[in-house]
Amino acid sequence: MKTTDVLFAGFGGHGMLMAGKLLAMAMIKQGRQVSWLPAYGAEMRGGTANVTVCISDGDVMSPYIERPNSLVVMNTPSLHKFGPKVKTGGLVLVNSTLVRESFERDDCHVLYLPAGDIAMGLGNVKATNLVLLGAFIGLSKIVTKEDMIEVIQESFTSKSKFIPLNVSAFAAGYEEGTKLRLENDVELELEDEERDSTYAYSNG
Amino acid sequence: MAKILMKGNEAIGEAAIKAGCLHFFGYPITPQNELPEYLSKRLPQVGGKYIQTESEVATSNMIFGAAGVGVRVMTSSSSPGISLMSEGLSYLAGAELPAVIVNMMRAGPGLAGILPAQSDYAHATRGTAHGDFELIVLAPSSVQEAVDLTILSFELAEKYRNPVMLLGDGMIGQMMEPVEFPDVEVGPPMKAADWALTGCKGREPRLVSSLFLDPVELNEKNHERFARYKVIKDNEARHELYNCDEPYDVLITAFGVMSRVCKSAIQELKGQGINVGMFRPITVKPFPSEQCSAAIFKSKRVLDVEMNMGQMLVDIQLAANGKREVDFMGKCGGLTPSIEDVIESVHSTLAKIKGGVA
Repeated sequence: MKTTDVLFAGFGGHGMLMAGKLLAMAMIKQGRQVSWLPAYGAEMRGGTANVTVCISDGDVMSPYIERPNSLVVMNTPSLHKFGPKVKTGGLVLVNSTLVRESFERDDCHVLYLPAGDIAMGLGNVKATNLVLLGAFIGLSKIVTKEDMIEVIQESFTSKSKFIPLNVSAFAAGYEEGTKLRLENDVELELEDEERDSTYAYSNG
Repeated sequence: MAKILMKGNEAIGEAAIKAGCLHFFGYPITPQNELPEYLSKRLPQVGGKYIQTESEVATSNMIFGAAGVGVRVMTSSSSPGISLMSEGLSYLAGAELPAVIVNMMRAGPGLAGILPAQSDYAHATRGTAHGDFELIVLAPSSVQEAVDLTILSFELAEKYRNPVMLLGDGMIGQMMEPVEFPDVEVGPPMKAADWALTGCKGREPRLVSSLFLDPVELNEKNHERFARYKVIKDNEARHELYNCDEPYDVLITAFGVMSRVCKSAIQELKGQGINVGMFRPITVKPFPSEQCSAAIFKSKRVLDVEMNMGQMLVDIQLAANGKREVDFMGKCGGLTPSIEDVIESVHSTLAKIKGGVA
């Protein structure tokens, strides 16, 4: 059975829970099983807000993951909190607009993208989450660009004026992610659950 | 029907409507607020009634009233709120009224924390309130199972005229997973039952009450009730066995969402060449003790894993009947034992088997 998991982390209001939800919806469309588990409570009061999305070809077993395969991180506190927990061989995708430091992990792919700047260039910094989501999908190719855009359009039907911005932010992120994938020779695949110490990502 | 992505709390609300429940009373508390929020919007759309009560004590008495006049009714709360309802739950059982109570457990005791925990197993299965009664308690491990068990809760409540509790935790409530809602064949309206208070014009008056001042009558009532509990245990106990087909030295016992963390751990242990089985009660009351014993006796030693200080442990030890040692690993306060924690504990249980530790 093939599985993987992604942790989207930022502050409350950064839209990381929404980014995770869009990914989860795209996965359901593909007939995959998913779980979307937010961390809330104390962390909503000024701390980090994050969501773990587990993806599987079969039933999702644990929705609670302490050591994720991938981390998509919006800000410095979230990077400090979750960066060290990413599995060896995993992916750390950093919004370098807000994170002004480098993150030292030799055993992971640590990739930087000025997602906030890209979103600002498109007219609204609030679309940073969609840039990061696009980059993650460009890196992982876990769903096609077209399918993801369809999901974005469907989920913003009640706020249709935001669709063009979100689609263009996603598309811009997707292009950057695709570039990062080639530049860093990242090969991302769903892992095989039954193998021990499995790594979702390996150098190709 | 295509699967849709829904939070557990909201999915339970929709499942209740599917089961024919059009009445909800409740008082807000984290981590179950999405459930009343969802029903406050949905129930008026389908001709139902939603009331936000002034307190949990009021809630439990409103449920009593609604069930008494023969309508399907539900409430939901979280640990401290359920404590406040305790008296009403005993009255419901005493008056033999069907109702469904959802408890999305949070960390305890006291006001404690709002993060997920399994802190009320003992309260739900043993010490709910005063008097000789039991709840039927169902513990879902996924959002889909929460939907299915919500529908089952209404069936069981009416079939056995006893309150039923759906025992989830903050994780089940707040997590989104794909769900589909089965077409439910809702039984005849409860108003048609021969005990419901529907106005006695043209027939003998009926009485719904938990007051029995005649000791002989009350004694008989309670004996009859416990005979019914025996029937429930024989016919309605549900459980899941996971990875129990191949021989195993260690059997994990876990309920609710904790069992899924254990499944991931079991898969990783397989990769290490270690086969571990798991027993999960789906009805935690009645506890499927015979089925649990059978799984335990195939093992050399048991590891019970919970998000509390070891509340189901008593039921596991009873099922082990002194013939197997039961180790316990738990975290509470809002922490969840991780996959890595479970793997480590399995290794420590294996070491005890090897070392012949009692």
